[in-house]
Parts: sequence; structure tokens; C-alpha cells
Amino acid sequence: MLLCSPLGSRCTTGVTPEMSTLAEVPSTKTKREVIDQAVIRFAGDSGDGMQVTGSQFTNTVALYGNDIATFPDYPAEIRAPAGTVPGVSGFQLNFSSDEVHTPGDSVDVLIAMNPAALKVNLGDLKANGILIVNSDAFKEGDLRKAHLTTNPLEDHSLDKFRLFPVELQRLTRAALQHLGLDAKAMDRCKNFFALGMCYWLYNRSMDPTFRWIDDKFKKKPLVVEANKLALKAGYSYCEATEAFQVSYEIPPAQLSPGVYRSLSGNQALALGFVTAAQKAGLKLFLGSYPITPASDILHELSSYKDFGVLTFQAEDEIAAITSAIGASYAGALSITTTSGPGMALKTEAMGLAIMTELPLVIVDVQRGGPSTGLPTKTEQADLLQALFGRNSEAPIPVLAAATPADCFWIAVEASRIALKYMVPVIILSDGYLANGAEPWRIPSIDEIPGIPVQFATKPDGFEPYKRNPETLARPWAVPGTPGLEHRIGGLEKQDVTGNVNYEPLNHEKMVRIRAAKVEAIAQDVPNVLPAGDPEGDLLIVSWGSTSGSITQSVKAQRARDRKIGHLHLRYLNPLPGNVGEILKRYKKILVPELNMGQLLWVLRAKYLVNAVGLNKIQGRPFKQAELDQKIDEMLGN
Amino acid sequence: MTTTALPPLTKKDFQTDQEVRWCPGCGDYAILAAVQAVFPELGIRRENFVVVSGIGCSSRFPYYMNTFGFHSIHGRAPAVASGIKIAHPELEVWVATGDGDALAIGGNHTIHMLRRNVGVKVLLFNNRIYGLTKGQYSPTSEFNKMTKSTPFGSPDRPFNPISLAIGAEATFVARSVDIFQGHLKDTLKAAAAHRGSSFVEILQNCNIFNDGAWVGLTEKDARSEHVIQLEHGKPLVFGKNRDKGIRRKTDGDIEVVQLGNGISESDLVVHDAHHPRPSYAFLLSHMEHRPGFPTPIGVLRAWDDLPRYEDVMNEQVKEIIAKKGPGDLAKLLKAGDTWEVK
Repeated sequence: MLLCSPLGSRCTTGVTPEMSTLAEVPSTKTKREVIDQAVIRFAGDSGDGMQVTGSQFTNTVALYGNDIATFPDYPAEIRAPAGTVPGVSGFQLNFSSDEVHTPGDSVDVLIAMNPAALKVNLGDLKANGILIVNSDAFKEGDLRKAHLTTNPLEDHSLDKFRLFPVELQRLTRAALQHLGLDAKAMDRCKNFFALGMCYWLYNRSMDPTFRWIDDKFKKKPLVVEANKLALKAGYSYCEATEAFQVSYEIPPAQLSPGVYRSLSGNQALALGFVTAAQKAGLKLFLGSYPITPASDILHELSSYKDFGVLTFQAEDEIAAITSAIGASYAGALSITTTSGPGMALKTEAMGLAIMTELPLVIVDVQRGGPSTGLPTKTEQADLLQALFGRNSEAPIPVLAAATPADCFWIAVEASRIALKYMVPVIILSDGYLANGAEPWRIPSIDEIPGIPVQFATKPDGFEPYKRNPETLARPWAVPGTPGLEHRIGGLEKQDVTGNVNYEPLNHEKMVRIRAAKVEAIAQDVPNVLPAGDPEGDLLIVSWGSTSGSITQSVKAQRARDRKIGHLHLRYLNPLPGNVGEILKRYKKILVPELNMGQLLWVLRAKYLVNAVGLNKIQGRPFKQAELDQKIDEMLGN
Repeated sequence: MTTTALPPLTKKDFQTDQEVRWCPGCGDYAILAAVQAVFPELGIRRENFVVVSGIGCSSRFPYYMNTFGFHSIHGRAPAVASGIKIAHPELEVWVATGDGDALAIGGNHTIHMLRRNVGVKVLLFNNRIYGLTKGQYSPTSEFNKMTKSTPFGSPDRPFNPISLAIGAEATFVARSVDIFQGHLKDTLKAAAAHRGSSFVEILQNCNIFNDGAWVGLTEKDARSEHVIQLEHGKPLVFGKNRDKGIRRKTDGDIEVVQLGNGISESDLVVHDAHHPRPSYAFLLSHMEHRPGFPTPIGVLRAWDDLPRYEDVMNEQVKEIIAKKGPGDLAKLLKAGDTWEVK
């Protein structure tokens, strides 16, 4: 069964500098098959570097031109006890020569670095799928940690898969032994041995990863050498052993012309905010407190000092938003980034931003809840919180990104609305969008709409709450402007003057103005068009990150001649003006959500429609099969 | 900053048309008068002042100052002020807050703003009571105090705001009293002259819910016996007849001594407000809790060698721009590995 016992030395001796070009040399000994799509999942201990391995593979296939969708899935614990089930970290990638909308329901190739990773992930591997396991990690103690009583490599439980047990630890050590590293340091490279094998399997160049290694460890030449050697060793292992009968080729996808890069949701938000600030000619201020899965936005923005970005890591979530409100008052494009628990803490301050009518963007990268919940898992259950979770009448515009790259455009659009209407705006992302990646066609700067901003400068006729009749926005009068000294705050304002005022009719008027201002944004929101059939038997309404799986499902269903439309909402408050009319065009309405039915509740309340929900609250995205099943149920088989 | 080009400002320029709504006899009036008297003397344009507050009686302050003003939410003034100052460092940002606002609900923001040394001036109005909610005990109320929420006496031990600020290593820490107008104005001026964070505790009376809050210090007879006025470079002397002083003991602690009988002012501690380490100021801040020791007022600590937070932050931006050049958006969007589809 072991394919590789005599090969360690061959791997080592086989590693020569010119092997970095091996990727371009087609193997002569094995068959190469052209396929259109594959799903691969790297799974291991959270210390095994699975996220890095997955990201590298993603980057490489994206550069090659495949369409991609990724799903990193990692535990909340930084290092759960090694080898245990709670410590399993996974990274799934769907790459294709066709359009890709989801990371895939099931996987074609599973790389399992230990028994726990095998146990957790095996259920998703297709029958006859390729299973690469690190056979060095299947000793009795390893099995015990995963609560396995028999060794799956020996008990025939894996017979329906194409099993490739590889001594990853021993082979990696053999490849690196001449470098003089200790065993631990050598073992840390075994993920790259596995990655090298995958590059061989899919005929991909190792060069992008070599470049990454050079850059990442530029101060540690020995680590550079070790990682490169491990990668090459994995590649040549496949080459030399003919471990796999077949290697695969997935040609580039036909994406629309342009220059692309791979982008995660959190990266996209960060880039979007820098872009919005540049387009508006404003300083960008981020007040933030670290929280999973939003922290990467803070990390990303803190590196853009050359754009004058000010990132303030506050003492808590409340200081994060209130400092941003202060910076907004002082004339900056201000944002605060968080996840559900942080949203809860920011609630009162959002009310202050509403009352003082200052521009602010609040990003909620949703995760499973309530309370601390599932910090690293995805969920869509903060919609009602975003819409209503404040004391009193406190409407806020709410936007939600549909895909990782859409986060860029949502950030630009939310900033535009905040600045134009002088309002706080909430962006809903989620853990899946935040960490998932897809190819993004990089726009030219001119393609991105300008964001005009006008500060009040003239004392004549200045009143802090005198409104632009069109937008109902009050003037932005920044401290330091002579003659515009004025006071604002959380107490109710008198219309026009902004002075403190407790009169009953004034209060009602102001509540209605604040609501009307948010409602008026609807005129500025494009009408939505359903994808698929413009009318018919079923309309699927969605928001946020479920867009991909629903798109995939609708495509498959329509291929079966079903009349289905898909309405995806990026603006959740105010809703686009034509939603009510679209809902009437279909016999049935389905609202799939990763919550207990929150958009469903809104649509039923607002449009009095008999929509039904499909609800999943497992910290995971929808699988296409789950959607298909529900559609079948609604439309009959 | 040049002051010559400035139009001369007067106290009147800083008064608003808003009716002042504190209770008659409230100590806040005296503080407002002092601030309005000091601001025109600072050589700063009126439009560059921003007064930020939280919630509480003291936090109505911005409405009565004809400057830019922001009446924020409970406890958050230091965070709002930090955001303003970081985004716009040229502004002169002052915070008006109270013992509940700054030390209970906003305690976290207070200490973090101070340890960062953001160039904001904090005036903490300490009347040892919650006034706006009508008479509950505050974080500075005495142990066992009878209030509406503690009918059998408060079980809480109070904060000493000065000790807390020094503990957070605030670079400017001072204390004054609402009715000591001259002293208060001098203290405010000293706070204004400090570039880093300034923290001024102002002992203030609440004649409705905690009348006589500081009577042991403010009564004419008691004043000189129980209060010691700190002045940099001067020996620590107090008493009606200036016949008592503070002397260092050999173990590093301090003691109260009677002058005369061979003890002269030259034996006393000479006040050094500019000491870089906070331990001496902390020792002084704690005197009032010891029997026979006076309560210090004046500037306990004024060490201005620490760079301001906003300067460090903006300096970093400048350095990176000097090194890398100003950010190019088109380049940023195309950063990293890209590929072209034709």
C-alpha cells in the first residue's frame, strides 16, 4: 500500500535548481486529462498551515486564469490541542474553466494531514475522489486524539476513494535534512510538500509560490530554501513515483476582458474605502477594535499610510465608533469595522451619528451568534439588528455585499451615500465573504464614480440643520471654519437651528425628517432586475453571501425548463423602488437565508406577500443540493 | 502660532445665546466663567476651539461656549475628542466631563486617552454625586455615603481622580476648586500650555444633591489648614500661618512637619512638577487619604517631553509618504499578482 518507502532519497537527490521549471514540462509517464472544473480541500491541524497552502494554490490557479471561489474554514482556537477534531482547519477551492459561484458542495480532492482532518472532512469527498493523506500521522496516538478506534488507512473504510497515503513528514525531512534545520522546522514545511503534489496533479507552475516564499521570508534565507525544496520535492515525488495515473488540466475561464486579481471580501472592503476617500478627496479614518472575522480590514488599512489613512485601534468597540464620529465631525471619511458582538456595543453611538447627522460607515462582518457564538463561522443573522437594533426611531441605510469582490463596490457606494446624505450607513458582510476570494476585474480609476463633497464655508445664513432640499442633508461644517461655530449633540435638535429643543411637534417633525432622509435614498438606488426568468413560477429573493449558491442553483433549475427568477438585494434599506412590483410577477416566493428568516420577515411585513423561507443556521453556506431540494419541494419534481 | 494677526477676543466672544440651565448656585457657573475668561487669552482663533462633553450636568458645557461643540453620549467624550484631534491635530480640543461620566461609564476611555497622550484637555467636574439623575452616589463619593441609591450607606470605595490619572501616566495632572477663581484660571492656563493630554480635576459643589461636597477644603477657616497649593520649584508649605510642611523621610515616604524648632523650609520637599516619572506626583496625590496630611491643589505633574499621539500617528504617515511617495490608487488596486484576460 505504501507507495513511497524507498523514494525519500530519490526525492532529495532529484531536487536541483532547474526543477523550478518542471511545471512547464509535461509528464511523459502519465496521462493528462482536460477537465472543466475541480474542487480541492486542504485539511489539517490549525498549526499545519492549511490556510497558507490553500491561498497559494488559489493564487496560482487564479493567475493561470481559472475562475475561482474559496471557502476557508478554521477553528476559533488559535491552536486547539494538536491532532484533535476541534483543531481542524480547512481551505476549499473550486476552480474552473467556466463561471464559478460557490466553493462547491463536495470535493474531488481531499488532502488530510492527520486522522482528525480526515474524520471531519471525509463526508464531503466524492466517491472515487482523490484522497491524499499524511500517513506519518496515523500512529496509534494520532488515532486516539481523533477518537478513532481503528486505522482508516487499514480498515478498508476508504475503499471507495482513490487513496494515496504519503509519508509527508519523512519525505519532507529527507528533502531538507542537508539544510541543518531541526525536526520541527523541517516538519513545518510538509504542507508545501503536499502543495507541490497538487501542483503536479493539476499541471500548475510553482513560480507564483516561489515568488511568494521569496517575499514572505526574505529575511530568512534558510526558510526560503527549505520551503522551496519541500515544494519541489512534492512535485518531483509525483513525477518520479507516478503516484497518480492521471494529471489534470483545467483551461483558463472565459472571463470578461481585463486585468484581474484574486480578492477576499475583507481586502476588497479595505481597498474600497481607500478608493472612496481618494475619490472624495478626504482623509480616511478607521476606528476599530480587533474582532474575528473583521480584523483583517484593520490590518489591511493600517498598511496604507502612503494614502494618509489613519487607523485608530481603540480601547473598545464603543471608542472605535465614537472616535470615528469625532473624526467625521472633524471632516474625515470615517468608518468603523466590527462583527455582531461589536455591533451590539456600538448601538448607542449609531444613534448619536443619526442624531448629529454625520457621515459614517459601519461594517458588520457577520458571524454565528448570539453572544460570542461561532466567531469563525458565517451567518446572516444580523440583518434585523442592522435595520432596527437601536433605541427609538433610528433608521440607517443598510447595504450588503453579494460576493467577496463586490465588497469593493459596496464600500465605495456606502461611502458615497454617507457623504451625500450626511448619514451613518451600515455594510453587512459575513465570515464567508470576508475570507473567501474570487477573481476581481480591476477597474480603471475613471470607471469608479466620483464622490463630490462640499464643506460649509460661508457664515452668511449658516444654520447647522438647514437642509439641502433635494437630499435633506444638513451642511458639513468642520471645526476650524471661521464663523461656523456651532454645537451639536445627542439631544433632540430644533429644526433648522440645531439648538436643543424638547417641543413635542418639533420632535415628531425631526423624527419624520430623519426617516424621510433615509427613504429618499431610494431615488438614488438603481432598480433591481431579477436574473433568470423575468416572471414565472418561482422567485428566489436573497441578500448577502448566499448569492453564489443561489445563482448556481437557479442556473441548474432553469436548465430543467423551470421558470425561475432570482432577485438579489444589495440595498436592504431603503429597498429598491421596484421590489414590490417584481414580487408580484411570480407564483411563489422563496427566501433562502442563513438565519431564521429575517429578510423573509421584512418582505412579508412590507409587501404582504406569502413568501416562504429556507433557513440554515449551521455556520456554513448553503449547498446547491439544499437549495435544489427546497425548489423541488415547492415546484414538484 | 502667531498671535499678532488675531482679532482680540474677549470673554463675550465665548458666550452663547443659549440660556444656561444649571441650578442656581451650581459650581458649574464658576467653572464656565473661568473657562470663558481664559480662552480669549490663549492666542487661539475661536473657530479652532472644540469643546466635547459626555452626559451629566457638566456635559451641558459645550452649549454655553461659543466655539465648535459636541455634546456626545455618556462617558464617550474622550473617544470622540480623540477622533477629532487625530483627524484634525490643529484644533484645540477640550473635554468637559463629570465624576460619573469620566470615571464610571467612561473610565475606560479616560485612562486610554491619557496613556496615549492625545493632545486633549480634560476638565473633570467632581461634585461626588450624580446630579442629572437626581442624587445617586458616584465613583468619587465617600465610603458609606447616604444617597438615594444607598439609603444605608455606600459600600463603594471612591476613586481618587488625580491618582487614577497619574496611574495612567497622564503627562499633565492638576486640581483646582470651582470657587478659587484665580487659582482655577491659572490652572486652566497651565493645562492649555501643555501639549500632551491635560487632566484637571475641578472640585465642585452641587448645592442641590451634595451641598458642601468639599466644605472641609473650601470653608475660609479650613482652607489653609487642609489644602496645600503646589507650585513648581517651591517648598511644600501649608497652614494658616504657613507653619507646616512636607518633608521626605529616609525611607522615601513623606511626613508632615511643624516648621520651627530647627526645621526650616529648606528641609522640605521642593515641588518638582516636571519630573519625568510619575511616582512622586502619585505620592502627593495620595496625601489626602492620610491623617494630618493636606489635600494638594495646583499642578501635580506637567511633563511635556512625551510626543503626542496624533503627532506620532501623522508623523508615521509623513515618513511613509517621504519613503514611498504619495499613494497611487491605480497602482494600489493592481498590487500583487494580477493576470490579464483578453
